[in-house]
Amino acid sequence: MTGVAWTRRRLALGRFWGSFRRERAGLAGLVTLVVAVVLALIAPVFIDEGVTSVVSGTGERWAAPSLAEPFGTDESGRSILLMVWWGSRTSLLIGFLAALVSIVIGMVVGIAAGHLRGWAGAVLMRITDWFLVLPSLVTAMVLAAILGGSTFTIIMAIGVTTWPATARLIRAQTLSVEARPYIERSRALGGGHWHITTRHVLPNVAPLLLASTTLEVAGAIVTESTLAFLGVSANKTSWGTMLRGSYDYGAATHGAWWYIIIPGLCILAVVMAFTLCGRALEAVLNPQLRRAGA
Amino acid sequence: MTEVRESVAGDGVAARGALLEARGLHVEFASRGRRARAVDGVDLAIGAGEIVALVGESGCGKTTLARTLLGLERPASGSILYGGTALHYRSRALRAYRREVQLVLQDPMGSLNPRQTVYEAVAEGPRIHRLAGEQEVVASALARAGLRPPERFFLRYPHELSGGQRQRVVIAGALALDPKVLIADEPVASLDASVRGEILALLLRLRAELGLSALVVTHDLGLAWNIADRVAVMYLGRIVESGPVDRVLTEPRHPYTQALLSVLPESPERVVLTGEPPDPTRIPGGCRFHARCQVLASGRAADAGVDGRCRSESPAVLRAVPDAQAACHYAEATA
Amino acid sequence: MSLLLLDDLSVTYRIASGEVPAVRGVSLGLEPGTALGVAGESGSGKSTLAMAMLRLLPRDARIGGRVLLDGEDVLTMKWGRLRAVRWAEASIVFQGAQHGLNPVRRIGDQIAEPLVVHGRARPEQARRRVAELLEQVGLPAWRARGYPHELSGGQRQRVMIAMALACSPRLIVADEPTTALDVMVQAQVLTLIRQLVAENDISLIMISHDLSVLADVCDRLAVMYAGRVVEHGPSREVFHDARHPYSRALAAAFPTVGDPASRLAPRGLGGDPPDPMRLPGGCSFHPRCPVALDGCSALDVELWPAGEGREAACVHARPKLTEAGEPATTAGEAP
Repeated sequence: MTGVAWTRRRLALGRFWGSFRRERAGLAGLVTLVVAVVLALIAPVFIDEGVTSVVSGTGERWAAPSLAEPFGTDESGRSILLMVWWGSRTSLLIGFLAALVSIVIGMVVGIAAGHLRGWAGAVLMRITDWFLVLPSLVTAMVLAAILGGSTFTIIMAIGVTTWPATARLIRAQTLSVEARPYIERSRALGGGHWHITTRHVLPNVAPLLLASTTLEVAGAIVTESTLAFLGVSANKTSWGTMLRGSYDYGAATHGAWWYIIIPGLCILAVVMAFTLCGRALEAVLNPQLRRAGA
Repeated sequence: MTEVRESVAGDGVAARGALLEARGLHVEFASRGRRARAVDGVDLAIGAGEIVALVGESGCGKTTLARTLLGLERPASGSILYGGTALHYRSRALRAYRREVQLVLQDPMGSLNPRQTVYEAVAEGPRIHRLAGEQEVVASALARAGLRPPERFFLRYPHELSGGQRQRVVIAGALALDPKVLIADEPVASLDASVRGEILALLLRLRAELGLSALVVTHDLGLAWNIADRVAVMYLGRIVESGPVDRVLTEPRHPYTQALLSVLPESPERVVLTGEPPDPTRIPGGCRFHARCQVLASGRAADAGVDGRCRSESPAVLRAVPDAQAACHYAEATA
Repeated sequence: MSLLLLDDLSVTYRIASGEVPAVRGVSLGLEPGTALGVAGESGSGKSTLAMAMLRLLPRDARIGGRVLLDGEDVLTMKWGRLRAVRWAEASIVFQGAQHGLNPVRRIGDQIAEPLVVHGRARPEQARRRVAELLEQVGLPAWRARGYPHELSGGQRQRVMIAMALACSPRLIVADEPTTALDVMVQAQVLTLIRQLVAENDISLIMISHDLSVLADVCDRLAVMYAGRVVEHGPSREVFHDARHPYSRALAAAFPTVGDPASRLAPRGLGGDPPDPMRLPGGCSFHPRCPVALDGCSALDVELWPAGEGREAACVHARPKLTEAGEPATTAGEAP
């Protein structure tokens, strides 16, 4: 019984992979992502945090890209290549965790607001609206400034300011699922709030949530870079702090275009990859889009 | 008010035999800022092993009445009695009630979660109520609903089944809880004509084999003729005529029932009522049917001397008794 | 001469997993001023047939055979001529009046659209024609200034009919015009259709799953199963004395209220409508047929004459050599 059920699940997964593979852009995004994440994970095997230390900069200052230093060096003679590599760890970590915080809050609030009728749902929606109209960048800066700059506070600052969009999306989907007759049937069978939200609403909201998560990660990485550029950072090297450094030390006046371009391209590539993945997931998981495409 | 309540309970005839009963039921909604009286004073009883058809046009409140009987909607006043005791709306009492009274909806495709297999759909009730021996319960429910051998259907998804099979899965899901009453809202309206008879025959067989009572909500008088023992005709929140199917559908006394029957294909003389069914936010005074009533319009009511009462006096609420009765001044005067 | 003649019409949809034969060789004729009913279940190809008559099918459909409208083949017509035909000679009333109207445009503008687009009328004339049309379908002229959401389901269906009448067509194809409407509203719409056909000398093709409604409105009936016509004849006779077991089952699915034979005895067919991609061999109805013979799974049935102006595609309806011929001997003669 369970064996057959598993076989069916595997088949469904196979079908999903089959249609995802046909989304070329999505596949390219996925490959880029996997490479970026694997590189970030294996970085400690080859290098350590020392590559970002100003005193360890051994090379020539403001060296242009060459065979020895493919991406050149910065104002202290540190290798841009190694810094970008090490910095990817912070950027990706903040991106993933901030997105996770945002998605979890958004999901819980969204499902609750969609499921609970009456004043409870209304209050949740008003709170969501209130967060939605707050200028999120300013709020994140203020939060990080108050809590002090650590990786944790940056993650919280981004997570706490970006969840309302997810909440609204999930609420809309919850409302549409709750209007289906099978919810009425489940209620007549004796299912309570917990049963209906976990057995019926969540599985139907999950695909949307997955697609939205990938976009959310991309957003979080950009926000982190923006915050870092504006001077609110986790005091660790990330792509954002590198951009800030290039600005502080006048990379442009030194003609050190590589110091600006390389971290920028990294952000662009990863964000692009996440977006492509998200779009492809949406197309594969959303039957309406799928039908329109067919 | 108490006096009325007691006199209704004192009737005894229906009260003793009734398994599920609505007493003085009123259900209201807010609709575009106005109060809609969807159910406006209904007494209705379903006896053990009895199939009752609740017939009416859309917007007459029949679906609201069914949902209230299931405890999915709370009445503004009046009560639901099961086995003689009033239904409580605390979650524990409601959950126990769910094992006794179950629901079958119109659209079998929509009533099944597309992401769940047949097994999961039927096992949902037993899991909620933590019944022992889940697999046997599911298998026997599917078999009773006519899906044999049940194991072959366990891992199918709703979209892989035909319409008739899907409705059988929905019925099996209800049967898995061993209910005493099924409330079916238009159970065959979205099924193919040839499959329809099979599903109705299934309801009759379940009554014969398990002693299941049923309330079948429908707009289709032919369906009532096909399977019901008693019929109640609803118009604008009230039951206007009720009684044994053979009596009510062959010798209707309420003008509305007469009109409904006359527009069926094959009927000799048509009485097509003009206008749409009126709005439950604006229930007319007097008899609620008087504005569309063909008996009043033709002057027959005036001949019987009741036209004044038709316009000013609402006929009494029909009591929950099994005999044929009609809420009509003209029918009373000419009886 | 027939107004409309379908000659061996076939429609096949091409989808990712193969070819779906929806209509498989249908030949039917329609005399001017008469009404033909096409009955069948979902998947029988009846709606595809309706769309094919006006070449309204999606691009992935392959059409074979001929559709002669006044002797002119609709399927090979030039695009411009086809557009003219669609408005002026034949128009279609779809099911689901809710989606047939544009919610943000005034009703009058929508009815007048074909008149203005085809340059048949100046705005002032169009306005007068709209008022005339609304009156014809029983709606007050001031409704022209309203929007679709202000109308009830029955009124919207009336507007759809007014749109179909706008260019005074000679043929109207109505696809399930009363499905999803209430009994009383359905009766109103059917009365309207009957009256329009009689008064304006319009020919009608009406498509429905409800044989009793078709028998009531139409002169002749064609019953479709699995993309083929299985019985064809005068509607009263087909409805009351069907020669094909499938037509018999369809007729029995909607019982006559008051008929003791159907009381507490719903009748239907076992099994489900066939999957058009996996049609059974021989007579495609044989797996569900209550009177199937051994030879039916191999016998290629066609429409055989079955009485005065009647045809049926069943071995039992086939002209027998001797009056007393047993069905078994008939089967024995099967090629």
